[in-house]
Amino acid sequence: MREVNAKQIKEKVKELFLNANYCIGEDVLNSIKEASLKETSETGKNVLSMILQNYKVAAEEKIAICQDTGLAILFIKLGQEVHVNGNWEEAINKGVKEAYIDGYLRKSAVTDPVFDRKNTKTNCPAIIYTDIVPGDKIEFLVTPKGFGSENMSRLAMMKPADGPEGIVNFIVETVKIAGPNPCPPTIVGVCVGGTTDQASVTAKKATLRKVGEHNPDQRYADMEKQALEKINNLGIGPAGLGGNTTSLWVNIDYKPTHIAGMPVAVNICCHAARHASGII
Amino acid sequence: MMKEVKLSTALREEDIRDLRIGDVVYISGIICTSRDMGHLKMIDVTEKSEKLPIDFQGGAIFHAGPVVKKQGDRYEVVVIGPTTSIRMEPYSDFIGGLGVKAIIGKGGMEEGTSEALKKYGMVYLQAPPGCAVVLGEKIKRVKDVFWMELGVPEALWVLEVENFGPLVVGMDSEGNSIYRDIKIKGKKLIEKNVLGR
Amino acid sequence: MEKIKKIKTPLSNEVIEDLKAGENVSITGYIYTGRDAAHKRLIELLKEGKKLPIEVNGQVIYYVGPAPTPPGYKCGSAGPTTSYRMDPYTPALLDLGLKGMIGKGLRSKEVVESMKKNGAIYFAAIGGVAAVIAKSIKSSEVIAYEDLGPEAIHKYYVEDFPVIVCIDAKGNNLYETEPPKYRK
Repeated sequence: MREVNAKQIKEKVKELFLNANYCIGEDVLNSIKEASLKETSETGKNVLSMILQNYKVAAEEKIAICQDTGLAILFIKLGQEVHVNGNWEEAINKGVKEAYIDGYLRKSAVTDPVFDRKNTKTNCPAIIYTDIVPGDKIEFLVTPKGFGSENMSRLAMMKPADGPEGIVNFIVETVKIAGPNPCPPTIVGVCVGGTTDQASVTAKKATLRKVGEHNPDQRYADMEKQALEKINNLGIGPAGLGGNTTSLWVNIDYKPTHIAGMPVAVNICCHAARHASGII
Repeated sequence: MMKEVKLSTALREEDIRDLRIGDVVYISGIICTSRDMGHLKMIDVTEKSEKLPIDFQGGAIFHAGPVVKKQGDRYEVVVIGPTTSIRMEPYSDFIGGLGVKAIIGKGGMEEGTSEALKKYGMVYLQAPPGCAVVLGEKIKRVKDVFWMELGVPEALWVLEVENFGPLVVGMDSEGNSIYRDIKIKGKKLIEKNVLGR
Repeated sequence: MEKIKKIKTPLSNEVIEDLKAGENVSITGYIYTGRDAAHKRLIELLKEGKKLPIEVNGQVIYYVGPAPTPPGYKCGSAGPTTSYRMDPYTPALLDLGLKGMIGKGLRSKEVVESMKKNGAIYFAAIGGVAAVIAKSIKSSEVIAYEDLGPEAIHKYYVEDFPVIVCIDAKGNNLYETEPPKYRK
């Protein structure tokens, strides 16, 4: 058994959320740079160059890339040889709270989504997904998810007969309906299979996959390529003001599912695809 | 006037064309199961000009995947209930072309199927959903099974049945559909009570 | 880079008539902020016939809920929020003389018609360019609804706040005219 203190967990969570909110990943940065060279719309080029400048300012001055510093989501792999000394959930939430208060990040969480909608003032509760895995490490993957893009995500309970064409059409339709709202150019995460809940969570995780890498299964990689091409033919463009860069990448993952179904979850992420990972 | 009808396979077109929505049917003889992958397999086999394992003339297809157990070298159906038919909507014309006279399932099907029912003299029968034990009791024996590589639920199960039902005629060969009627009525109610039109 | 038109708030009718969809603009002057909760409260006050906490006539509202202000800044990261959520509340404010809105994303037909009727402009600020926008905000004070935290109504003094004229007072709408040019 390896002992890990609640304090270590809190510190790591805090560090990762600060990092995620200030520094965009290399893969996203390079993807936007490439897109700005290929973009044919003048307004589109202008928008992409503003975005690049913003990433630079945010990283240098350590201020939030976007004011929508999102809800705090964590995907954690907890080694089964780890013994956590202290309260697991409390430690994680404390880490989020400290990051959001000390890091000048906006607190966007409200209690009771229908009636009071009172701000929790801590950006908690964090949304925590934990897998127990072999080993004695704790692996964190955190993402602050803004709601401009989250609000444009969709789930369809498709039927098996809908096939790859149906799936690609649903992905493209989702991006089309979203238009400028999710701050294009977007990164689209998709999960086919599982159940409603598993598909949705897996689609969210798919937005965090490296931009520029396809699914190792060629059949799914083909769907990713088709979807990306059709999306960029929509002409929505950067900030939805017209252009040929509407999405930077489409990541499709899959899960085993029921014989009667083919759930398809599409999670949209804005260009500020913020995430950070670390290990204790 | 709704009637109760007992039919035996092979189903005759004149008997099927006599049925109207709301009639209650009991089938004796041979029915076979097929669902998502099974229908795709039937189409695949036919497109390759290969022979289907059974003759579907006058037959009944049941949208279902049974729970079975093996007794020695024979299979027995434990329970069996209908799955949602709308998933098989794209295949109705193909099924009619094979000579099938009754499609048994739940939840109804749409206009493509309604046209196929008219064209081929078929009927859509709704089996009671969630009553897998009662329906299972009407299965006398498993006559045969094909395409087990698709998995037990999706294989083509050929079943000998006695008074299999009660099956309600949901869509008939005149183009009537209980499901369409409900949708139209529902739409009118929504327009009136919800949208205030 | 295209020419940038510099304009000052409050917006005069001449300036509004002159602005065309697609123009790059930089705004200098005072602007107000407000989003979902603040708009809801303003409209409730209007319905009750009560006085509003801000002067709407001739003003510009920026749909934003900024991040907290770090040391050395007057305002935290402050990119636009998605405008369509404020659509139900907007025609009433335009009728009161609101002249400009800064946000991102589509607006409803009702809002565009009201903009044409009242002579107002919808500017797009670029989503996610929040750090750069923060630097253009030179002063910030809370005017109303402090309890709403990031959703409070602030008054900002901005210098060269970069925006694009997205929908002009004639109803020309970039979201409608531009994407079809790049559609394949």
